[in-house]
Amino acid sequence: METFSLYTLQTYWWLLVSIIGALFVFMTFVQGGQTLLYTLGKNEDERDLIINSLGRKWELTFTSLVMFGGALFAAFPLFYAVSFGGAYYVWMAILFCFIIQAVSYEYRKKPNNFFGKRFYEILLFINGSLGIFLIGVALGTLYTGGYFVVNEMHLSHWTKASYGLEALLVPFNVAFGLMLVFLSRIQGALYLYNNLENKALEQRTRKALKQNTILFLPLFLYVAGSMLFQTGYSYDAHSYVVSTESMKLLHNLMAYPLLGILLLIGVATLLYAIYTALFTYNRRAVWFSSLGTVLTVTVLLFILGINHTVYYPSLADLQSSLTIENSSGSHYTLFVMAIVSLLVPVVLGYIFLVWRSMDKTKMTIEEVKSDAHHY
Amino acid sequence: MEHATELIDWSRAQFALTALYHWLFVPLTLGLTFIIAIMETIYVKTGDVWWKKTTQFWMTILAINFAIGLATGIIMEFEFGTNWSNYSWIVGDIFGAPLAIEGLMAFFMESTFFAVMFFGWDKVSKKMHLTSTWLVAIGSNLSALWILVANGWMQHPVGMTFNPDTARNEMHDFAAVFFNPNAVSKFLHTISSGYVLASVFVIGISAWYLIKRREVRFAKRSIIVAASFGLITSLFMLTSGDESAFEVAQNQPMKLAAMEGLYRGEERAGIIAIGLLDKEKELGDEKEPFLFSLEIPNALSFLGYHSLNAFVPGIHDLVYGNEKHHIMSISDKMQEGKLAVSALTAYKTYKKEGKEAKAKEALKDFRAHEKYMGYGYLKKPEDAVPNVALTFYSFHTMVGLGTWFLILFILVLYFAMINEIEKKRWLLYAALWSIPLAYVAQECGWIVAEVGRQPWAIQDLLPVGMAASNVASSSVMITFWLFAVLFTGLLIAEVKIMLTQIKNGPEAH
Repeated sequence: METFSLYTLQTYWWLLVSIIGALFVFMTFVQGGQTLLYTLGKNEDERDLIINSLGRKWELTFTSLVMFGGALFAAFPLFYAVSFGGAYYVWMAILFCFIIQAVSYEYRKKPNNFFGKRFYEILLFINGSLGIFLIGVALGTLYTGGYFVVNEMHLSHWTKASYGLEALLVPFNVAFGLMLVFLSRIQGALYLYNNLENKALEQRTRKALKQNTILFLPLFLYVAGSMLFQTGYSYDAHSYVVSTESMKLLHNLMAYPLLGILLLIGVATLLYAIYTALFTYNRRAVWFSSLGTVLTVTVLLFILGINHTVYYPSLADLQSSLTIENSSGSHYTLFVMAIVSLLVPVVLGYIFLVWRSMDKTKMTIEEVKSDAHHY
Repeated sequence: MEHATELIDWSRAQFALTALYHWLFVPLTLGLTFIIAIMETIYVKTGDVWWKKTTQFWMTILAINFAIGLATGIIMEFEFGTNWSNYSWIVGDIFGAPLAIEGLMAFFMESTFFAVMFFGWDKVSKKMHLTSTWLVAIGSNLSALWILVANGWMQHPVGMTFNPDTARNEMHDFAAVFFNPNAVSKFLHTISSGYVLASVFVIGISAWYLIKRREVRFAKRSIIVAASFGLITSLFMLTSGDESAFEVAQNQPMKLAAMEGLYRGEERAGIIAIGLLDKEKELGDEKEPFLFSLEIPNALSFLGYHSLNAFVPGIHDLVYGNEKHHIMSISDKMQEGKLAVSALTAYKTYKKEGKEAKAKEALKDFRAHEKYMGYGYLKKPEDAVPNVALTFYSFHTMVGLGTWFLILFILVLYFAMINEIEKKRWLLYAALWSIPLAYVAQECGWIVAEVGRQPWAIQDLLPVGMAASNVASSSVMITFWLFAVLFTGLLIAEVKIMLTQIKNGPEAH
């Protein structure tokens, strides 16, 4: 245990949290796909096909979100306490958007389902749009800050009665949310393009991919540019005093050029995925976009925690700001959990194997109809 | 930083609402996944397609239930942050670990193999499919394991020390947390009760088919599988229940006293078999607590301390102390607790001012009293008493129903084996009406566990009043009603869909 310093473990856990967050962002192709249901599916059969394709993956996305929360709780409990208990309305609204997803696949087409098929489709749309948008806004506050105060006993409270909703007034957060929505739609289109065998859908999928890319790119440029060039927050390694620092995240990338390279590779891979799907009809583009997204998001989250950077600035009291050092679990817990985290590759491995054996053949309308259990 | 009562009440109400709704769906999943796995094993072993059909029918029922279980489950994890943020800091270093492990070990297993179980019939081999079904069953039960390790720790906190610098409890012994006897008995009792509920569920629905004289073969076979499973697991449930009660007696004597409505402690204490509490009874008066009661002598002493003559402390002894039996009064504990709280504050102040010697003194002072720190946040001794009537009636309802299910399994299995079950209409109706009773028993179990340990969020360490988030009570009230409406709507949809599937029957499937 002593081999790893507390700081090493904190950094390791921040990396893991960033990776899990990034995997979740990729997995939101399910949500993106949900919002494309009526854009792509022009008749009942086509919509059933889309729902059944997404329906075999939605639980993994859902679980990734739960895992993201669980990892934060175990590794950075002060963030869990400060943000969830403070930006109360935002997190509650996010939960609301995910609760309604969980039942919608299963109940949508079941006879006597009380609300009717359309209702569950609307729920899926809300989950895919509002749910992802709000997650984006919440993630945005990691870069822009929240209104909280942490006292000497490490107990916290929010200073705005809007309990997190004020984050919606910050352009960066809103852009972040919208960016995630369009990114999830790009991923959704790429996933469906890969997973389905249906001529009419293919064309519409590519059209949707193009439109959403056009909307995504300027938002991404704005968000990424702001992140790197806006004034950030850092803390002194000895006194832990927090202060502002211009272009803090850009400095972090320059301090760790490998991360900068990974970021560029990530963005390039994502753009290549879109390009190859649009212009060379590459059905496997989703594999590139997944890699690209995971790399990009991991780096953008990771650089927020390293190099004495504040990952959750407080706008109410700068010295209450959270860093990986002042918000983490104890040395012992981080170490025990680091051992547990060795299971992550095992889990990813069986998910990969199952995914591959289930998706060997492309899904068709006929298959959905003949399946004993379908959504 | 003690919160206003209103905020605590709404926070508790919201958590109780979520937990009670969530628990309407979990036990069926815990048990039905195993029953399905057993049925599919029979299919794979015999190759009889009829068993495949039966398996698929129960899988459909499972899927309907599983979805809403997930929906209500996600919010519980996050509510520790949203509504119990002080709690998240003060004990998050220990409590967060099992929750994260649950996600990693159990949830991914469930959700990955769930898809194979439902959609993989024609995509993977028979054996791979069967393995997936078993993995879903194991995954859902593993998830119960980790969450009950977490809950067991709340009932009996072990394996941690308080760190005054971070002002929180920090884990130092993961094995102690994992092998916490309270967690072990709680886990065994909870999963076995889930198996019992699922068995009652399958038997009840099969009984309905027999009442309607349809799906006879399906119903009889399902009954035999479920009643055998139910019989074995209810014996298991009774033993683990006994173990649970023993744990409660050791670590939560106040809960045990409330469960039995025992105000004045006694040696050779009995268990109330049936009893009606006197509403007028108040702590400290000389009134008899029961208007009417039927008691099994010595049973409580035996249950709680495995000795027929043991002294079982009553609520009165626990609140006001009992010198003869070396029980400290709550007011003494409160005094100790307040000393600990002020020593901690002093320590923090001295540290801030850089007065190391004084800080060291304060820390020594704190360590001397920290055992009762949680009591330092209570307002009056009587606050340490949970709602006796609710705990008492919930406990007795649970035990009574548990006993009834055991009898039901024996009867049903016997008549099914001698092939006379169809003729016993009274038994079929009894089985059908036992379904809602099984849900009542489940909810009662959790009411005993959670209401019975009030005011503690963490037993003796952290009262709920100190654990809540510092938000406006109106915010919690708003979300409470939103969730109440949403969950109720979803529950209605779930029940309607399920009833329709059952009415259509396995043949239509």
